[in-house]
Amino acid sequence: MKQHLLSAADLDLGDATLILDTAAQIDAALAGREVKKLPTLRGRTVVNLFFEDSTRTRISFELAAKRLSADVINFAAKGSSVSKGESLKDTALTLEAMGADAIVCRHSASGAPHRLAEWVQGSVINAGDGTHEHPTQALLDAYTIRRRLGRLDGVRVTIVGDVLHSRVARSNVLLLDTLGAQITLVAPPTLLPVGIGSWPVEVSYDLDAVLVKADVVMMLRVQQERMNASYFPSAREYSRRYGLDARRMAVLPEDAIVMHPGPMNRGMEIAAEVADSVRSTIVEQVSNGLSVRMAVLYLLLGGDSK
Amino acid sequence: MPAAPLHAESVDPRARTVLDSSAIGRIIDRIAHEIIERAGDEHLPELTLLGIPTRGGPLADRLAQRIAVFTEGGTGLVPVGTVDITLYRDDLRSRGVRPLSATRIPDGGIDGRHVVLVDDVLYSGRTVRAALDALREVGRPRVVQLAVLIDRGHRELPIRADYVGKNLPTSAREQVRVRLTEIDGTDEVVVR
Repeated sequence: MKQHLLSAADLDLGDATLILDTAAQIDAALAGREVKKLPTLRGRTVVNLFFEDSTRTRISFELAAKRLSADVINFAAKGSSVSKGESLKDTALTLEAMGADAIVCRHSASGAPHRLAEWVQGSVINAGDGTHEHPTQALLDAYTIRRRLGRLDGVRVTIVGDVLHSRVARSNVLLLDTLGAQITLVAPPTLLPVGIGSWPVEVSYDLDAVLVKADVVMMLRVQQERMNASYFPSAREYSRRYGLDARRMAVLPEDAIVMHPGPMNRGMEIAAEVADSVRSTIVEQVSNGLSVRMAVLYLLLGGDSK
Repeated sequence: MPAAPLHAESVDPRARTVLDSSAIGRIIDRIAHEIIERAGDEHLPELTLLGIPTRGGPLADRLAQRIAVFTEGGTGLVPVGTVDITLYRDDLRSRGVRPLSATRIPDGGIDGRHVVLVDDVLYSGRTVRAALDALREVGRPRVVQLAVLIDRGHRELPIRADYVGKNLPTSAREQVRVRLTEIDGTDEVVVR
């Protein structure tokens, strides 16, 4: 394992498999226990450095670190010296001077965690940077697929929606390709990034045609906060062409699963009856996220600190 | 004719086999009898064996199987599990992270049970300490005992085994390698 986790592309097949296996063992070790706490990272300090709003990722990292007995400091840009104009670098150096062994960073600027990693001694974990990457989300998605379907190699994964702005999609494409899955992206042409031809994926604009041969359907959130241009004519039209409703879910193969990284826009990209169906892994993804993040923290921080 | 490839260890002049397959078999049989005797009729039904990965796992399986034979299945099958102690080690910082092994706690848990921890080699005692820490989080056994195939001395903690296969005085420079068919394809204990 490398010192940092900045991109899903940093993980080769061996690293990715080690993280998923470790998460599975942690799951098994804690199953059915009253005290879900391990002493592994006692005395280590993990800082959650969040410049962007987040519910599940921040809480998940916080809980993961606490379950491993690390000390956790939550840092939100609001209410800190950042609002007085302190730079990312100075903020990071301040946190490091206080003894942070790992910095979990979310930032609205793509590449912020990469810069951070150049400045600090400890480990940096990318918890979502702009429209770039969100590697732990990809890991928990891969873990969820493996738990549900028993394998990743050769699994047909369809990712639907706003690929252009989605760090979840980018990290998932990189990681799932490493793990041997076949990926199809479905999106309006306006929501596909330039250079999609060089990605290891197939691209389609016809959701119905793709669904009949999908083992996994991963719906992406329509990111209202990034919809600053007319990417599609109306929410209704998007929902009709690219939304997953009960009718579309019915054409999926029998054991196919439906995933969503959350937060959902019910009725927009995913219908409520689909989100609450037995095929949906949305709640499972959240609890799997905890195990995967514990595995990442253990593997990055458990050993020798530099 | 090319010479058959020699295993690196088999040409090591210092390597000596201290236990072979039949000796290991006899030791397992003896420890199984001892466990039955010490537990007594009263507590035999409460027996649970927990192996410490990697090689404690198969040893616990073998002990459970022999106990079932010697008690003529009178107590039913002894629950067997494994308890991985990696996340409880106190030397992770100095020796680095390592992949985890499986933890399988038998159905019904360990509350009130007569637990026997099983490992291959007892050395510093730190593995056993970590295992006791791990057990404390899983439940509250009535009794915890320790069975090891080899006790090689050099304890760093006040820990002793209840059942010892063989006491093997060693120097700290020597290595004790336990090989088991389930994992290594052969049964033997080698010192070098």
